[in-house]
Amino acid sequence: MNTGIRFDGVSVAYGGNIVLDALDLTVEPGEVMALLGPSGSGKTTALRAVAGFVQPVAGRVFIGDRDVTDLPPHRRGVGMVVQQYALFPHMRVDANVAFGLKARGVHGAHGARKAPRDEIAARVTEALEMTGMSAYARRYPRELSGGQQQRVAIARALAVRPGVLLLDEPLSALDAQLRSGMLAELARLHRDLPDVSMLYVTHDQIEALTLADRIALMDRARLQDCGTPQDLYRRPRTEFTASFVGNANLLPVTVTGDGVRLAGAVLDVPAAGAAAPGDPATLCVRPHAIGLGEGPNALRGTVTEVQWRGATHRLCVDVAGHRVTADVRELHETSSLGTEVTLHFAARDAVVLPATAAPVGPGGGAAHG
Amino acid sequence: MASGVRLPLVRVAVPARPRRIPAWVLALPPVAALGVVFLHPLALVLWQSVSPDGGGHSFSAYGEVFAQAAFRDALRNTVLIAAGSTAGSLLLGFALALVIAFVPFPGGKAIGRFIDVFLSFPSFLITLALLFVYGTAGIANGLWTGATGAAAGPFDFLHTPWGVLLAEITYFTPFVMRPLLGAFAQIDPAQLDVAASLGARAPRIVRQVILPEALPSLAAGGSLVLVMCLNEFGIVLFTGAKEVTTLPVLVYGKAILDGDYAGACVVAVVNIALSLALYGLYRTLTHRIDGAHRART
Repeated sequence: MNTGIRFDGVSVAYGGNIVLDALDLTVEPGEVMALLGPSGSGKTTALRAVAGFVQPVAGRVFIGDRDVTDLPPHRRGVGMVVQQYALFPHMRVDANVAFGLKARGVHGAHGARKAPRDEIAARVTEALEMTGMSAYARRYPRELSGGQQQRVAIARALAVRPGVLLLDEPLSALDAQLRSGMLAELARLHRDLPDVSMLYVTHDQIEALTLADRIALMDRARLQDCGTPQDLYRRPRTEFTASFVGNANLLPVTVTGDGVRLAGAVLDVPAAGAAAPGDPATLCVRPHAIGLGEGPNALRGTVTEVQWRGATHRLCVDVAGHRVTADVRELHETSSLGTEVTLHFAARDAVVLPATAAPVGPGGGAAHG
Repeated sequence: MASGVRLPLVRVAVPARPRRIPAWVLALPPVAALGVVFLHPLALVLWQSVSPDGGGHSFSAYGEVFAQAAFRDALRNTVLIAAGSTAGSLLLGFALALVIAFVPFPGGKAIGRFIDVFLSFPSFLITLALLFVYGTAGIANGLWTGATGAAAGPFDFLHTPWGVLLAEITYFTPFVMRPLLGAFAQIDPAQLDVAASLGARAPRIVRQVILPEALPSLAAGGSLVLVMCLNEFGIVLFTGAKEVTTLPVLVYGKAILDGDYAGACVVAVVNIALSLALYGLYRTLTHRIDGAHRART
């Protein structure tokens, strides 16, 4: 089965307002691609373009080798899971799961024949077992918890054995504990179904980092960055990526011949093409990569805030007018506000980014989280 | 175990509870008003139907009326037209409400709001409008004669049962649409999207997703239209359908034209009984549908 998704210059507009701008993106067969971005970034529109609920004004959408741009939704052969589950309230769980099998036949998107009843029953049972919902087959959706309803929604989407599974913020209606459990369930499902390509829309970086093989980062209707979670986290290419994927200290620096200068201190961090010597740039260091005390790339400043976070302490330090956040192991003696401290970080944990005219995205120069 | 300690008796002042007015006292004024305004005239109709003009009390008027072919025709016309109009209004109302709610088109919202205005129109106004369009001297026949040079147009059905049916369906369809539009607004659009992504075409989505959700509203609109159609007078009168006599028209004829008050009251009693019986049957059926729907959702 040749699955996978390809956006080929796809643009979508509502009444002249561009909500998805020339998206070029490929989801490989069996890959989990997270579309991550803030509200209004165009990620859900991209998903709906694959499902066939919005018609691109430009570009083509491919599922496998098929150009599905002009196909109606019922002929695209995708499975879809949405935020509020969208279970059919008047149908029992098994009828919900059987809906797609009856609608399109057991062979999937192009199955012309109707599914025999016993085949449908077997596929319903299989899908419910896969999601751990076998015991609830005869219940109505209203008799289930939010997490159980979401499992049924996933079973319903998987029962038709789609080559492509579209998930639109599927966990955002769940509480934190359930979300964590469902995230593990989704990861297990992906391992069990290695041929299914998944397009996973979320604004939650943890979900994206945990589940995705690659993350496509979107902002203001455009694809801003795309890469593996590790790449985007460890070696972000833009300030937006650095601030949206994980927490980051984004500090204005000036590139020198052998490093960067921050408020008079010369730091041994290779700029590596981010900017020419003498040009402004942005230094990105993750809060957990910063240590307390003397070391390489030392920064001296004044403690402005101390937060106890269980296993760690978060220190906010004013370094020459710039707020630097450091997550350090739990301190036995916490620094009091106004204390002078020294922070340091290893060169390998820092990245120099091209400077932008204005702070981009959440964070905007300081770590969040 | 006795402690041997004697506690002083203290008189505590208990605040007086406000005297509550019994519920039946509160219910008395509206029930009395209902009795005077509605039940008393109804009782008079019942009483008159068993009080022949010759004096005394008997059911002879019932026997006489039931033996009349005109009464049997009116009864059949009433039931058939009401059932047909209700079925037509349900079908047309459901289809139009579907389009307005789920098929985006310019002016759709304005049409939805116009439905509310339409409900306030008197029934004879719609009939009058149909006369202007389909009457023997109406627009449709005028266009036909103008185009073909014929002496008369082909549209000549308003005074037949079909004309009454058309007028009633036209007038009562919005009464079905209003609750349906409300029900459709409650359906999560994501359900329709997911159904389509699962391979369902529009007819299946309507049949298996939308219709079950809309059944209680459909039942409510249908029961309302059924009762209104059973008692509709203005439309039948304004279509000038001389061959179409319904029970309300027969009541009018007996009471006003023939001066047969006992006979008119008999027909009125039958009309009331018929309305209550059909409405009761309809509600029993729809209650089961509604009950099953509530149990599921």
